[in-house]
Amino acid sequence: MTCSRRQFLKDTATTTLAAALPVSTMVFLTPGELKAAVENKKTRWTFLVDTNKCVGCGMCVKACKLENEIPYDAPVTRTWVERYVITKDGEAHIDSPMGGRDGFIDDKIRDEVIDPKDITKAFFVPKLCNQCENAPCVQVCPVGATYQTEDGVVLIDRDWCIGCGYCIMACPYGVRFFHPVTKTADKCNFCYHRTSKGLEPACVQACAFDARKIGNLKDPDDPVAKTIATKRVAVLKDEYGTKPHVFYLGLDENVR
Amino acid sequence: MSPDLVVHGVEWTVKELFVYPNEFIYWSIQIVMYPYMTGLVAGAFVLSSLYHVFDQKGLKDIAQFSLVFSLALLPVAALPLLLHLQQPTRAMEPLLTPHFTSAIAAFGIVFTTYALIVVSEIWFVYRKYFVEQVQELKGKSGIANTMTRLLYQVLTMGAYDVSDEAIAVDNKAAKILAGVGIPVACFLHGYAGFIFGSVKANALWMSPLMPVIFIMSAVVSGIALCMLTYIIIMEWQAFRNRRSADKSVQIHGAEKAVVFEAGRYLLGFLVAAITLEMLDLIFRGYTAMKSWDILRSVMYGKDFFNIFILQYTLGNLVPFILLLLPKLTIKRTVVALILILFGVFMMRWNVVIGGQAFSLSFSGYMHYHIPIIPHSMETFKEGLFGALTVIAIPFVLFSIINKFVPSLRSH
Repeated sequence: MTCSRRQFLKDTATTTLAAALPVSTMVFLTPGELKAAVENKKTRWTFLVDTNKCVGCGMCVKACKLENEIPYDAPVTRTWVERYVITKDGEAHIDSPMGGRDGFIDDKIRDEVIDPKDITKAFFVPKLCNQCENAPCVQVCPVGATYQTEDGVVLIDRDWCIGCGYCIMACPYGVRFFHPVTKTADKCNFCYHRTSKGLEPACVQACAFDARKIGNLKDPDDPVAKTIATKRVAVLKDEYGTKPHVFYLGLDENVR
Repeated sequence: MSPDLVVHGVEWTVKELFVYPNEFIYWSIQIVMYPYMTGLVAGAFVLSSLYHVFDQKGLKDIAQFSLVFSLALLPVAALPLLLHLQQPTRAMEPLLTPHFTSAIAAFGIVFTTYALIVVSEIWFVYRKYFVEQVQELKGKSGIANTMTRLLYQVLTMGAYDVSDEAIAVDNKAAKILAGVGIPVACFLHGYAGFIFGSVKANALWMSPLMPVIFIMSAVVSGIALCMLTYIIIMEWQAFRNRRSADKSVQIHGAEKAVVFEAGRYLLGFLVAAITLEMLDLIFRGYTAMKSWDILRSVMYGKDFFNIFILQYTLGNLVPFILLLLPKLTIKRTVVALILILFGVFMMRWNVVIGGQAFSLSFSGYMHYHIPIIPHSMETFKEGLFGALTVIAIPFVLFSIINKFVPSLRSH
């Protein structure tokens, strides 16, 4: 049998194409997708904040700082509490000194005294990482040092983060910062080291008013999942398409 | 807080009204320098390609210089990124484990491709010169001559054929590389614009026009810097020539025709850049999305001087008029070029720092106070002197490279 060089190349190309065609109809899965498809995820950590119950004591912020070794007096924090005071002129006066760590014991908001008669409503809003389903921080990390676990929590690999700050810029909620000691990006992870052992996050445990709860969205019997399914809940900044997983009860339109 | 505990950004950020606790100016002067320097690289290359690809004969002198100068600028484009990293020892990770959903992950690939194109184009353009040098130095003795000859031998990479056919092949290769290089140079810089334009959390940055605006202003700044450096070096040589006793060589300084020809391209790209920026601004005001209130208060209020006086008036309008007025002289061109370079720098500043001048809560502001006198590594790196270091390096590199690859030849 003879075969010219041209014919050989032609046949090779045809065979490769013919072989590639059925392959192209297949869907390639990442190891994570494969595992999820086979095992059917059982957990999706989610958070419920009841702003009606928060009194702004700051115990959650204290507990978080101690539990997660965020230097106590550094002006960065994984969770914080905001105070909103709405006056009759419709203006929102907002503050969160030291993230609300020491409680809101001063009437003044940034040295401004607000006459109680002018106040129409006032409330506290705890904030933390939203563990977004479509997390922009995970998308923009150039080295994959921040990633989402199967149970929905976004984690950071401190040994691999290069400290470029792109994730900090990408987060619409401002939950990320540079850890002053490790010099890597840092944020709330629902106390992953505790939840994976069956414990509650430090802030949830520290809250005396049940304003913070953690639950599993995949478990229909979970009290948090039930509340989210049956009550009117809201999320922060849904216009960014991040699909946040911290749900709020009693969220006011003034909340930023 | 113990003194050695540094929270990144606290040093130079001043907050006003309500700002989330973790918000600081995380991207400071080095991130202003990064797009500025890559812009200069891309612009210098585009200028050299105008001659090599589109055969703009009037640009021959400045084209050779721009090509070599873009090589000197190249390493400096990556330097600001390295200086701003909190973990600089891990700088190679984006190349080793790139996470391709991130715009930054493409940096290594684009940057390397571009560097290879520039280096090989220079090689093709200068191969004949390398061969000539080797032959010239062959007979001469002395260690310095031997070392120089060895260096040029390495630079020829064993290709000694300087017949007409071989040189024609060289020229063709250089032309192809210059042609391929234009889109790659634009990509290198357009992607820097993409890094900002794709941050949906930032109301000022998020715009599909951002990459195009960045490319246009990059070309403007690159052409301006090449023209300016060309004029200064040529005039300096002419000045020295006038002072020296040797009158056998006549050096006339910068060629007016070359400068004015390049100036015309500069004006064209300047118009394109300003048009796009204005379109972006008008569109934001007209659509008036949720973020417009705070953006307006920053642009027309807090940053008014930086944006409308320094950037648009002093950096764009004034040089535009200077270059268009009749009876253009070299001196007037120099003033216009310096203003244009300043204007593009202010544009980068107003994008990078201006984008962090307001809180994500849209209820407060942040002010950036650039560290002048450094008192730690961080305040040096992310301060005035860090930026000046970045600006100085390309000129040092150029003076070294130019010794072996002479890009400015007097007539």
